Amino acid sequence: MTAKISYDDVEVGTELPPQTFPVTRATLVQYAGASGDFNPIHWNEKFAVEVGLPDVIAHGMFTMAEAIRVVTDWVSDPGAVVEYGVRFTKPVVVPNDDKGATIDVSAKVAAKLDDNRVRVDLVAKSADQKVLGMSRAVVQLA
Amino acid sequence: MALDQSFVGRSYPPTDPYEVGREKIREFAEAVGDNNPAYADTEAAKALGHPDVIAPPTFVFAITFKAAGQVIQDPQLGLDYSRVVHGDQKFAYTRPVRAGDRLTVTSTIEAIKSLAGNDIVDIRGEVHDEAGEHVVTAWTKLVARAAQPAGEGV
Repeated sequence: MTAKISYDDVEVGTELPPQTFPVTRATLVQYAGASGDFNPIHWNEKFAVEVGLPDVIAHGMFTMAEAIRVVTDWVSDPGAVVEYGVRFTKPVVVPNDDKGATIDVSAKVAAKLDDNRVRVDLVAKSADQKVLGMSRAVVQLA
Repeated sequence: MALDQSFVGRSYPPTDPYEVGREKIREFAEAVGDNNPAYADTEAAKALGHPDVIAPPTFVFAITFKAAGQVIQDPQLGLDYSRVVHGDQKFAYTRPVRAGDRLTVTSTIEAIKSLAGNDIVDIRGEVHDEAGEHVVTAWTKLVARAAQPAGEGV
Protein backbone atom coordinates (compact mmCIF):
# COMPACT_ATOMS: atom_id res chain seq x y z
CA MET A 1 0.00 0.00 0.00
CA THR A 2 1.32 3.37 -0.93
CA ALA A 3 -0.50 6.25 0.61
CA LYS A 4 0.34 9.63 -0.82
CA ILE A 5 0.27 11.28 2.60
CA SER A 6 3.18 10.91 4.98
CA TYR A 7 2.59 10.23 8.66
CA ASP A 8 5.17 12.86 9.57
CA ASP A 9 3.26 15.52 7.62
CA VAL A 10 0.04 15.27 9.60
CA GLU A 11 -0.89 16.33 13.10
CA VAL A 12 -3.89 15.84 15.30
CA GLY A 13 -6.34 18.36 13.90
CA THR A 14 -5.09 18.23 10.31
CA GLU A 15 -8.16 18.72 8.12
CA LEU A 16 -8.77 16.64 5.02
CA PRO A 17 -10.19 18.45 1.98
CA PRO A 18 -13.99 18.47 2.50
CA GLN A 19 -16.30 17.34 -0.29
CA THR A 20 -19.96 17.59 -1.23
CA PHE A 21 -21.58 14.62 -2.90
CA PRO A 22 -24.87 15.03 -4.82
CA VAL A 23 -27.53 12.35 -4.59
CA THR A 24 -30.66 12.20 -6.73
CA ARG A 25 -33.33 9.56 -7.28
CA ALA A 26 -31.34 8.40 -10.31
CA THR A 27 -28.27 7.96 -8.10
CA LEU A 28 -30.26 5.74 -5.74
CA VAL A 29 -31.60 3.58 -8.55
CA GLN A 30 -28.07 3.14 -9.87
CA TYR A 31 -26.75 2.30 -6.39
CA ALA A 32 -29.60 -0.17 -5.83
CA GLY A 33 -28.57 -2.03 -8.96
CA ALA A 34 -24.85 -1.98 -8.19
CA SER A 35 -25.25 -3.02 -4.54
CA GLY A 36 -28.19 -5.38 -4.92
CA ASP A 37 -30.18 -3.49 -2.26
CA PHE A 38 -33.62 -3.02 -3.78
CA ASN A 39 -35.45 -2.01 -0.61
CA PRO A 40 -38.31 0.18 -1.94
CA ILE A 41 -37.74 2.88 0.71
CA HIS A 42 -34.84 3.93 -1.54
CA TRP A 43 -36.88 4.45 -4.72
CA ASN A 44 -40.62 4.22 -4.03
CA GLU A 45 -42.05 7.34 -2.42
CA LYS A 46 -45.44 5.78 -1.74
CA PHE A 47 -43.86 2.87 0.08
CA ALA A 48 -41.49 5.13 2.03
CA VAL A 49 -44.32 7.30 3.28
CA GLU A 50 -46.38 4.25 4.20
CA VAL A 51 -43.64 3.02 6.53
CA GLY A 52 -43.39 6.41 8.22
CA LEU A 53 -40.54 8.09 6.36
CA PRO A 54 -40.82 11.69 5.13
CA ASP A 55 -39.85 10.68 1.58
CA VAL A 56 -37.48 8.34 -0.25
CA ILE A 57 -34.18 8.09 1.63
CA ALA A 58 -30.68 7.19 0.49
CA HIS A 59 -29.20 3.80 1.33
CA GLY A 60 -27.19 4.12 4.54
CA MET A 61 -24.44 2.19 2.78
CA PHE A 62 -24.46 4.75 -0.04
CA THR A 63 -23.79 7.53 2.47
CA MET A 64 -21.08 5.40 4.06
CA ALA A 65 -19.49 4.83 0.64
CA GLU A 66 -19.49 8.57 -0.13
CA ALA A 67 -18.09 9.65 3.23
CA ILE A 68 -14.95 7.51 2.97
CA ARG A 69 -14.11 9.12 -0.38
CA VAL A 70 -12.83 12.12 1.57
CA VAL A 71 -10.23 9.74 3.01
CA THR A 72 -9.47 7.68 -0.11
CA ASP A 73 -9.12 10.80 -2.27
CA TRP A 74 -6.74 12.22 0.36
CA VAL A 75 -4.43 9.21 0.47
CA SER A 76 -4.95 8.15 -3.19
CA ASP A 77 -4.68 4.45 -2.32
CA PRO A 78 -8.05 3.14 -1.07
CA GLY A 79 -6.14 0.10 0.23
CA ALA A 80 -4.75 2.37 2.96
CA VAL A 81 -8.08 2.20 4.81
CA VAL A 82 -7.51 -0.30 7.63
CA GLU A 83 -10.74 0.22 9.55
CA TYR A 84 -13.94 2.11 8.84
CA GLY A 85 -17.10 2.32 10.89
CA VAL A 86 -20.22 4.48 11.11
CA ARG A 87 -23.50 4.76 12.95
CA PHE A 88 -26.57 5.61 10.86
CA THR A 89 -28.19 8.35 12.89
CA LYS A 90 -30.44 10.25 10.45
CA PRO A 91 -31.64 9.42 6.95
CA VAL A 92 -30.59 11.38 3.87
CA VAL A 93 -33.93 12.44 2.42
CA VAL A 94 -33.91 12.60 -1.39
CA PRO A 95 -36.78 14.58 -2.95
CA ASN A 96 -38.06 13.80 -6.42
CA ASP A 97 -36.84 16.96 -8.13
CA ASP A 98 -33.93 17.83 -10.37
CA LYS A 99 -31.74 18.76 -7.40
CA GLY A 100 -32.04 15.86 -5.00
CA ALA A 101 -29.92 16.18 -1.88
CA THR A 102 -26.27 16.61 -0.98
CA ILE A 103 -24.05 14.83 1.50
CA ASP A 104 -21.44 17.20 2.91
CA VAL A 105 -18.42 15.44 4.36
CA SER A 106 -15.58 16.90 6.40
CA ALA A 107 -12.85 15.02 8.23
CA LYS A 108 -9.83 15.58 10.39
CA VAL A 109 -7.04 13.60 11.95
CA ALA A 110 -8.18 12.76 15.47
CA ALA A 111 -5.25 10.65 16.70
CA LYS A 112 -1.82 9.50 15.61
CA LEU A 113 -1.46 5.79 16.22
CA ASP A 114 1.43 3.33 16.04
CA ASP A 115 2.84 1.96 12.77
CA ASN A 116 2.25 5.19 10.81
CA ARG A 117 -1.49 4.91 11.22
CA VAL A 118 -3.90 7.71 12.03
CA ARG A 119 -7.49 7.81 13.12
CA VAL A 120 -9.64 10.12 11.01
CA ASP A 121 -13.00 11.32 12.34
CA LEU A 122 -15.60 12.12 9.70
CA VAL A 123 -18.65 14.37 9.82
CA ALA A 124 -21.36 13.75 7.22
CA LYS A 125 -24.28 16.15 6.97
CA SER A 126 -27.33 16.47 4.76
CA ALA A 127 -29.71 19.44 5.00
CA ASP A 128 -27.49 20.68 7.87
CA GLN A 129 -28.17 17.58 9.95
CA LYS A 130 -25.60 14.99 10.90
CA VAL A 131 -26.47 11.76 9.12
CA LEU A 132 -23.62 9.62 10.43
CA GLY A 133 -22.39 9.28 14.00
CA MET A 134 -19.21 7.71 15.34
CA SER A 135 -17.84 7.87 11.82
CA ARG A 136 -14.20 6.91 12.03
CA ALA A 137 -11.51 5.42 9.86
CA VAL A 138 -8.05 4.13 10.65
CA VAL A 139 -5.69 4.88 7.77
CA GLN A 140 -2.21 3.59 6.97
CA LEU A 141 0.00 6.49 5.96
CA ALA A 142 3.41 6.43 4.34
CA MET B 1 -40.68 -10.07 21.42
CA ALA B 2 -37.29 -10.49 23.04
CA LEU B 3 -34.92 -12.71 21.09
CA ASP B 4 -33.40 -15.84 22.57
CA GLN B 5 -30.07 -14.97 24.22
CA SER B 6 -28.83 -18.53 23.67
CA PHE B 7 -28.16 -17.55 20.03
CA VAL B 8 -25.26 -15.32 21.10
CA GLY B 9 -22.04 -16.89 19.86
CA ARG B 10 -23.77 -19.02 17.27
CA SER B 11 -21.87 -19.30 13.97
CA TYR B 12 -23.37 -20.24 10.66
CA PRO B 13 -21.65 -22.39 8.01
CA PRO B 14 -19.37 -20.54 5.57
CA THR B 15 -21.12 -19.34 2.42
CA ASP B 16 -20.35 -20.63 -1.05
CA PRO B 17 -17.56 -18.56 -2.62
CA TYR B 18 -18.47 -15.19 -4.13
CA GLU B 19 -16.23 -14.40 -7.09
CA VAL B 20 -15.38 -10.71 -7.27
CA GLY B 21 -15.62 -9.49 -10.87
CA ARG B 22 -13.73 -6.48 -12.17
CA GLU B 23 -16.82 -5.24 -13.97
CA LYS B 24 -18.85 -5.53 -10.77
CA ILE B 25 -16.23 -3.40 -9.01
CA ARG B 26 -16.37 -0.86 -11.85
CA GLU B 27 -20.18 -0.81 -11.70
CA PHE B 28 -20.11 -0.20 -7.95
CA ALA B 29 -17.48 2.54 -8.20
CA GLU B 30 -19.51 4.27 -10.92
CA ALA B 31 -22.66 4.02 -8.81
CA VAL B 32 -20.98 5.92 -5.98
CA GLY B 33 -19.40 8.33 -8.47
CA ASP B 34 -15.86 7.38 -7.50
CA ASN B 35 -13.33 7.53 -10.33
CA ASN B 36 -10.30 6.44 -8.29
CA PRO B 37 -8.19 4.61 -10.92
CA ALA B 38 -7.39 1.79 -8.45
CA TYR B 39 -10.96 0.54 -8.98
CA ALA B 40 -10.89 0.37 -12.78
CA ASP B 41 -7.34 0.45 -14.10
CA THR B 42 -5.20 -2.64 -13.43
CA GLU B 43 -1.97 -0.77 -14.09
CA ALA B 44 -2.93 2.01 -11.69
CA ALA B 45 -3.77 -0.58 -9.03
CA LYS B 46 -0.45 -2.33 -9.61
CA ALA B 47 1.39 0.97 -9.28
CA LEU B 48 -0.08 1.16 -5.77
CA GLY B 49 1.18 -2.34 -5.00
CA HIS B 50 -2.03 -4.29 -5.57
CA PRO B 51 -2.03 -7.38 -7.81
CA ASP B 52 -5.23 -6.29 -9.57
CA VAL B 53 -7.98 -3.67 -9.34
CA ILE B 54 -9.33 -3.31 -5.82
CA ALA B 55 -12.86 -2.66 -4.62
CA PRO B 56 -14.03 0.43 -2.73
CA PRO B 57 -14.00 -0.09 1.05
CA THR B 58 -17.75 -0.65 1.42
CA PHE B 59 -18.12 -2.93 -1.64
CA VAL B 60 -17.87 -6.08 0.48
CA PHE B 61 -21.06 -5.21 2.37
CA ALA B 62 -23.18 -6.69 -0.42
CA ILE B 63 -21.43 -10.01 0.20
CA THR B 64 -21.45 -9.96 4.00
CA PHE B 65 -25.03 -8.76 4.19
CA LYS B 66 -26.20 -11.53 1.90
CA ALA B 67 -24.38 -13.95 4.20
CA ALA B 68 -26.05 -12.35 7.21
CA GLY B 69 -29.31 -13.47 5.62
CA GLN B 70 -28.64 -16.83 7.23
CA VAL B 71 -29.05 -15.11 10.59
CA ILE B 72 -31.82 -12.72 9.62
CA GLN B 73 -33.91 -15.47 8.07
CA ASP B 74 -33.18 -18.08 10.72
CA PRO B 75 -36.72 -19.06 11.73
CA GLN B 76 -35.45 -20.22 15.11
CA LEU B 77 -34.08 -16.76 15.88
CA GLY B 78 -37.31 -15.13 14.74
CA LEU B 79 -36.07 -11.64 13.85
CA ASP B 80 -38.87 -9.59 12.25
CA TYR B 81 -37.10 -8.38 9.13
CA SER B 82 -39.95 -6.08 8.12
CA ARG B 83 -39.03 -3.89 11.11
CA VAL B 84 -35.26 -4.00 10.66
CA VAL B 85 -33.10 -0.94 10.09
CA HIS B 86 -29.33 -0.73 9.82
CA GLY B 87 -27.87 0.69 13.02
CA ASP B 88 -24.09 0.55 12.74
CA GLN B 89 -21.59 -0.77 10.24
CA LYS B 90 -17.89 -1.34 10.66
CA PHE B 91 -15.13 -2.99 8.64
CA ALA B 92 -11.59 -4.04 9.59
CA TYR B 93 -9.39 -4.94 6.64
CA THR B 94 -6.35 -7.18 6.42
CA ARG B 95 -6.19 -6.23 2.74
CA PRO B 96 -8.57 -4.69 0.21
CA VAL B 97 -10.97 -6.90 -1.73
CA ARG B 98 -9.76 -7.28 -5.32
CA ALA B 99 -10.87 -8.64 -8.67
CA GLY B 100 -10.62 -12.40 -8.88
CA ASP B 101 -11.11 -12.98 -5.16
CA ARG B 102 -13.28 -15.93 -4.27
CA LEU B 103 -14.64 -14.94 -0.89
CA THR B 104 -16.48 -16.93 1.73
CA VAL B 105 -18.24 -15.41 4.73
CA THR B 106 -18.72 -16.96 8.13
CA SER B 107 -21.41 -15.16 10.12
CA THR B 108 -21.58 -15.18 13.90
CA ILE B 109 -24.11 -13.60 16.23
CA GLU B 110 -21.99 -11.47 18.56
CA ALA B 111 -24.70 -9.94 20.71
CA ILE B 112 -28.43 -9.76 21.19
CA LYS B 113 -29.98 -6.94 23.18
CA SER B 114 -33.44 -5.69 23.89
CA LEU B 115 -33.70 -1.94 24.37
CA ALA B 116 -36.99 -0.06 24.75
CA GLY B 117 -38.77 -2.85 22.91
CA ASN B 118 -36.27 -2.87 20.06
CA ASP B 119 -34.41 -6.08 19.26
CA ILE B 120 -30.76 -5.37 18.50
CA VAL B 121 -28.59 -8.00 16.86
CA ASP B 122 -24.86 -7.67 16.21
CA ILE B 123 -23.57 -9.89 13.42
CA ARG B 124 -19.90 -10.40 12.64
CA GLY B 125 -18.98 -11.61 9.16
CA GLU B 126 -15.46 -12.99 8.71
CA VAL B 127 -14.42 -12.86 5.06
CA HIS B 128 -11.70 -15.20 3.81
CA ASP B 129 -10.20 -15.76 0.38
CA GLU B 130 -9.72 -19.04 -1.46
CA ALA B 131 -6.42 -19.67 0.32
CA GLY B 132 -8.17 -19.33 3.66
CA GLU B 133 -6.49 -15.99 4.38
CA HIS B 134 -8.43 -13.31 6.22
CA VAL B 135 -9.48 -10.37 4.03
CA VAL B 136 -11.94 -8.31 6.06
CA THR B 137 -14.29 -8.53 9.01
CA ALA B 138 -17.64 -6.77 8.84
CA TRP B 139 -19.74 -5.93 11.88
CA THR B 140 -23.39 -5.16 11.22
CA LYS B 141 -25.80 -3.94 13.86
CA LEU B 142 -29.45 -4.52 12.98
CA VAL B 143 -32.28 -2.96 14.93
CA ALA B 144 -35.78 -4.45 14.72
CA ARG B 145 -37.95 -1.58 15.86
CA ALA B 146 -40.78 -2.04 18.27
CA ALA B 147 -42.99 0.80 17.11
CA GLN B 148 -43.64 2.46 13.76
CA PRO B 149 -40.52 2.33 11.67
CA ALA B 150 -38.59 5.54 11.16
CA GLY B 151 -35.04 6.14 10.17
CA GLU B 152 -32.99 4.62 7.45
CA GLY B 153 -33.44 1.10 6.23
CA VAL B 154 -30.88 -1.42 5.15
